[in-house]
Amino acid sequence: MASLDRVKVLVLGDSGVGKSSLVHLLCQNQVLGNPSWTVGCSVDVRVQDYKEGTPEEKTYYIELWDVGGSVGCASSIKSTRAVFYNSVNGIMLVHDLTNKKSSQNLYRWSLEALNKDSSPTGVIVSNGSDYDREQFAENPVPLLLIGTKFDQIPENKRNEVLTRTAFLSEDFNAEEINLDCTNPRYLAAGTSNAVKLSRFFDKVIEKRYFTRDPSQMTGFTDRKRFNFKSLHYD
Amino acid sequence: MSFLVDSVIMFTSQVLFFGFGWLFFMRQLFKDYEIRQYVVQVVFSITFAFSCTMFELIIFEILGAMSSTSRYFHWKLNLYVILLVLIFVVPFYIGYFVVSNIRLLQRQKLLFACMVWFTFMYFFWKLGDPFPILSPKHGILSIEQLISRVGVIGVTLMALLSGFGAVNCPYTYMSYFLRNVTDSDILALERRLLQTMDMIVSKKKRIAMTRRQMYQRGEDQNKQTGFWGMIKSVTSTPPGSENLSLIQQEVDALEELSRQLFLETVDLQSTKERIEYSKTFKGKYFNFLGYFFSIYCVWKIFMVKFWSQHISFILVGIIIVTSIRGLLITLTKFFYAISSSKSSNVIVLVLAQIMGMYFVSSVLLMRMSMPLEYRSIVTEVLGELQFNFYHRWFDVIFLVSALSSILFLYLAHKQAPEKQMSL
Repeated sequence: MASLDRVKVLVLGDSGVGKSSLVHLLCQNQVLGNPSWTVGCSVDVRVQDYKEGTPEEKTYYIELWDVGGSVGCASSIKSTRAVFYNSVNGIMLVHDLTNKKSSQNLYRWSLEALNKDSSPTGVIVSNGSDYDREQFAENPVPLLLIGTKFDQIPENKRNEVLTRTAFLSEDFNAEEINLDCTNPRYLAAGTSNAVKLSRFFDKVIEKRYFTRDPSQMTGFTDRKRFNFKSLHYD
Repeated sequence: MSFLVDSVIMFTSQVLFFGFGWLFFMRQLFKDYEIRQYVVQVVFSITFAFSCTMFELIIFEILGAMSSTSRYFHWKLNLYVILLVLIFVVPFYIGYFVVSNIRLLQRQKLLFACMVWFTFMYFFWKLGDPFPILSPKHGILSIEQLISRVGVIGVTLMALLSGFGAVNCPYTYMSYFLRNVTDSDILALERRLLQTMDMIVSKKKRIAMTRRQMYQRGEDQNKQTGFWGMIKSVTSTPPGSENLSLIQQEVDALEELSRQLFLETVDLQSTKERIEYSKTFKGKYFNFLGYFFSIYCVWKIFMVKFWSQHISFILVGIIIVTSIRGLLITLTKFFYAISSSKSSNVIVLVLAQIMGMYFVSSVLLMRMSMPLEYRSIVTEVLGELQFNFYHRWFDVIFLVSALSSILFLYLAHKQAPEKQMSL
C-alpha cells in the first residue's frame, strides 16, 4: 500500500514566514512567483536520493506538508489542523529572521505537533504546555530549524540574529539553516545549507525505515518530568 | 481650588485608560508581532484614552460628579484633542506607514505622506456636502464642521455594526439556531479530508517521478549527436508531458476540494464548540442575555417610544461597557484575520481611527438615550449640530443593516444543512 512507503515531514511556522515559498523551492527547484495565503494544508513532494553517491543510494519521495495558520487562532481551527499531524516522520520549523515573535512561537508550534495524542476527533491532549528541554533532547522525531528572509537583515544586525538562532537550535536539538526563499543559491549543491538539508532528510528516512522502533510513536511520552522554562526567552 | 482637584482626577483617569490601551495593544493585538515602531502604540493608546475619557465625562455629567465649569472645560479640551488626533495625527501616520511599505516611494516618505493626508482631507471635507449639517452661522474652521463630518462617518459605522450585531448576537448565542453536530459528522469529514490529501500526494508523486524520468531522458537525448540524433529529437515527443498537464489539472481540482473540506471541518468544529459552550453556566447566562437583547433590538427596530427615556438611561451604561468590549474583541479578531508583519502597523492605526470615530459618534447618539435634563451639556458643548439628522440617519442605516443581515444569515443557515446532507 502506498501509505506504508510514505515519509511525511511537517513544515510549521507562523503566518507569512515563507513556508509555501520554501516548500516550492525545495520541491520544484524554482522560486514561487505569487505566494498567497495557505488555507488548510498544502502538500508537495520532493525527490530525495538517500545516501547519494554511495552504493546504497535509493530514491525516496518525501512529502512536505505545509500547514497554514497561526498559534493563537481559534480552537476550532487548531482541532482541525491536528488531523494533519498523524504519523509524522520529521518536522521543519520555519521562522522569520526579521520577526522575533515568530521564533518564540516555534516552541508552541512544536509542542502542538508533538504533543498530539491521536484521539478520534483530533482533539489535542497535551501534558502541559510548558517547554521542556529534556523532551526535545530525546525526541524521536528529527527537527530542522529554518530561518527565512535572511537577505532583509542589515549587515550590522547579522551577528545578533545568528546568536539568537544558535540558542534556538540548541533548545530544539536541531540543525539550523538561514536562507532567503526567493534566492535558490542558498541551497545550491555543495553549500553547507544543502549538506545540512540532505543530512536532515537522510536522518528522517533512516528513522523511518532503518530503526527498529516498536511504537511508531511520534509524540512525547508522558512520564512525569521536571519542567523548567527555557532560559532564552526574550 | 475644586478645578484643580477635578483636573487631577481627570488626568489620573486618563493615565489609567492610556495604560489599559497600552497593555491591550501589547498583550492582545500585537502578541504575534515585534513592536518596532513605538509611535503606533502611543497613538493607539492616546486615541483609546481620550475616547474612554469622553464616556467618563458623560457618566460624571449624569452623576453630577464634578463642578459644572470644570466639566465643561474638560469636555471642550477632550473634544479638541480627540478631533486633533482623529483628523490630523492618525490619518497622517496611516499615510506614512502605507507609503513606507511601498518600495518605490521610499526616498520621499514625508512628502508622499503629506500628499496622502491632503487627499484624505479633501474627501473628508467633501463628505459634508450631501448632508444637511452646515448651518450658515458658523465659519469654515469651526469645531462644528469637523465634528459633524466625524459624526457622519462614525454614525454610519455604528449603525452598520449595531444592525449586524442586533441580528447576529441572538443567532450566535441562542441555542434555537444551533445545528446539531455529532462527533461522527466531524470524523467523516476529517476522513474525507485525509483521503483527498492522500490522492493529492499520490498524484504529485507521479508528476515528480515523470518529471525526473523526463529530465534523465533529456540528458540522454542531449548526448545523442549527429544527423540521426537530430532527426530523432524532432520526431519523438516525450510521452509524459501530455499526461503531466492532465494530472496537474486533477491536482489543482483536488487541492481546491481539500481547502473546501478543511473550511467545512472548521465550521463544524466551531459549531460543536458553541453547542458545548451553551451547555455551560456561562453559556446559559449569555443565552438568556441573547434573548433579552434580541427583544430589545426588535423593539428598537420597530421604534417604540413608550418608556424609552428611563429604561434607556440604565441601558446606556450597559451599552457603553458592552460596546467597548465588543468593539475591542471584534477589532482583535479582524486584526488577526487580515494582518501580516508588513501591514500590521497600518491596520492597527486604521482600527484606532475607527475606534475613535465610533466613540465620538456614540456620544452624539447617546444624547438620544439620555433623559432630558442631561442632554443640555452635550448640546452646549457640541454646538448647534442638527442632532435629529443623526438620529434619523442612524435609524435608517440600522434598519438597512439589520434587514440585510437577517437576509444574509437566513441564506447561510439554509445553505449549510443542505451541504451536510450532500456529504
